[in-house]
Amino acid sequence: MNGGLLALPVAVPLLAAALLVFVPHRGAWHQVTGIGASAAVLALSVVLLAQTAGGDIVLSHNVSGWLPGVAIMFVADTFSALMLVVTGVIVVSCLAYAFATGDAGHRLFTPLVLMLSAGVYGAYLTADLFNLFVFIEVMLAPSYVLIVLAGGAKRVAAGRTYLTVNLLGSTILLAGIGLVYGLAGTVNLGMLAGSARESTAMAVAAGVILVAMAVKAALVPVHGWLPRAYPFAAPAVTALFSGLLTKVGVYAIFRIYAVIYEGDPAYGWIIIAAALLSMVFGVLGAVGETTMRGILSFHMISQIGYMIIGPGLFALSGGDPRVAQLGLAAGIFYLLHHILVKAALLVCAGTVETTYGTGTLARLGGLVNRAPLLAVAFMVAAMSLAGIPPLSGFVAKLTIVRAAIVADHWLAYVTAVAAVLVGLLTLLSMVKIWNGAFWGHDGEATWDEPADTGATTTVARVRPKFALVAPALVLAGFSVVLGVGAQPLLAAAETAAAGLVDISAYVAAVTP
Amino acid sequence: MTAAIAVGILVAAGVYLILQRGLVRVVIGFVALGHAANIILVSAGGMAQRGAPLLADADEEAVAGMADPLPQAFVLTAIVITFGITVYLLGLARAGGDDDPDDHVLDPDSGPDGGDGTGGDSEAAVSGIAPESGEGDGSDADRHAGAAT
Repeated sequence: MNGGLLALPVAVPLLAAALLVFVPHRGAWHQVTGIGASAAVLALSVVLLAQTAGGDIVLSHNVSGWLPGVAIMFVADTFSALMLVVTGVIVVSCLAYAFATGDAGHRLFTPLVLMLSAGVYGAYLTADLFNLFVFIEVMLAPSYVLIVLAGGAKRVAAGRTYLTVNLLGSTILLAGIGLVYGLAGTVNLGMLAGSARESTAMAVAAGVILVAMAVKAALVPVHGWLPRAYPFAAPAVTALFSGLLTKVGVYAIFRIYAVIYEGDPAYGWIIIAAALLSMVFGVLGAVGETTMRGILSFHMISQIGYMIIGPGLFALSGGDPRVAQLGLAAGIFYLLHHILVKAALLVCAGTVETTYGTGTLARLGGLVNRAPLLAVAFMVAAMSLAGIPPLSGFVAKLTIVRAAIVADHWLAYVTAVAAVLVGLLTLLSMVKIWNGAFWGHDGEATWDEPADTGATTTVARVRPKFALVAPALVLAGFSVVLGVGAQPLLAAAETAAAGLVDISAYVAAVTP
Repeated sequence: MTAAIAVGILVAAGVYLILQRGLVRVVIGFVALGHAANIILVSAGGMAQRGAPLLADADEEAVAGMADPLPQAFVLTAIVITFGITVYLLGLARAGGDDDPDDHVLDPDSGPDGGDGTGGDSEAAVSGIAPESGEGDGSDADRHAGAAT
């Protein structure tokens, strides 16, 4: 196949964004162009996935036919293609949701989202550390604007925290890239393959990059920015960020640890420690939050810990490719499942906030009568997150536990136990939201009768618009489908993992 | 060696400044840190090699002394990106009026300083849409509510 298609996931949204800046914010132009461009990229990603699903083909393309080594190169293997498809789904559904909530009311909203998605696609497709930095910046720059868009003072304050931490992360990333270039004279992943395993200096240099990625992924102990920023953005923006931004950091950790370190067992304990700490801190921190999006955002940290178990088990596998593949496949499946399910939950929380004006659990209640479809969507996604069969979260947790037991290392056993226990605590957070918002008597924000406030009259029987519930239903539906029919995605995750364990095909495609 | 010392000084100054509370100091700290990262990138190409790169008709000796053009291209890109984001950060510092909301969280009764009223206005200018309340009082109460949750 012509690899030239590989440049399109970056080019199409960027061009559409540039075009939309000049289109007046009237009529349906922004809706049609935004969703159209994103859907086109999604379709293209599915084609790419179909091409690379066999695992033996790695597509690569040098943009505008420059010489290899000089050109900007895009590469797609199964892992990249899987990430592209899920990202495409999130972008389309979050755009549709933003148009329904009115978060897209600003004329720059759609162009910014398109630009952000172009950066994410580029980060998944690049095989060059410096281009990774550039695409991460392309992704972050619009996010700095989106997080404060149309908000009050607290949103600006959250935006400042978010911006400063990410700027620090980017600076560390840049320094790390400088160190890698100084040692190896290249930033091409193919030429760097295995170098960190051979030289300690390179392991330190690439470690600086991994630290920067841990900041972007919000791993404990560099997680503090996430719960202080995400809950304050517009509802649709939070859902979009949760599916896109931190996941680029997770993807880069997978890719860099697999290619530059070749799964070096020497650092396995660091990764497992970060994973365990993130799982426990995240889930316990969520207990202390009192708003729907606050709980869900804090909880994201815990889930990112689960994903990082993947490369951790790879390192603990002791060179057994079968064990390494199982561990990475579990991490990849968890990553894909989490993106969809967390977006569904955040869309539910956003719908409650948009409709009833608050996400504070103490002021909500009885929504199961008021918004039964929303309650179903939330319930399915929440149970999936906690890992209840037959939903996708169960499959994800099961594969993690199975891979940890197969790894047969004491740290892996600890991880397996922690994965199950943290799953129980996850259920606690989800039940807290369920009891606070959906169950029980009507809260003050959901009263039928006019509240006794004199001037204001509460509208009776407020129900969320169907357009606000539909994206949640679709995203939660994915969880059911991926739970009952997990086999195709599990197989694809295993293929992707095999591509990370045996990197020869990837290196051959990438090396100029 | 010179580069290493310069990076050390810049990082020390940058870390000190970004640990300060005021956002303008933080911004200056980021400028220092960004310069440190840029020096690391430039020195990655080899400080001793300073000849003009990419000459078609250079002899072997000139080729050996050529500077590596790639890190310079990296630095150019990085400077542009960092500059843009720093300017935006300064814009945000201005938008909030008061760049240290944590003080109010700890001590809500201390009262906002005079900057808050103008803060609401410039915020509207940045976001392009007026906040829910046009008055300084309203947005301040809003902030307390948000901090409390």
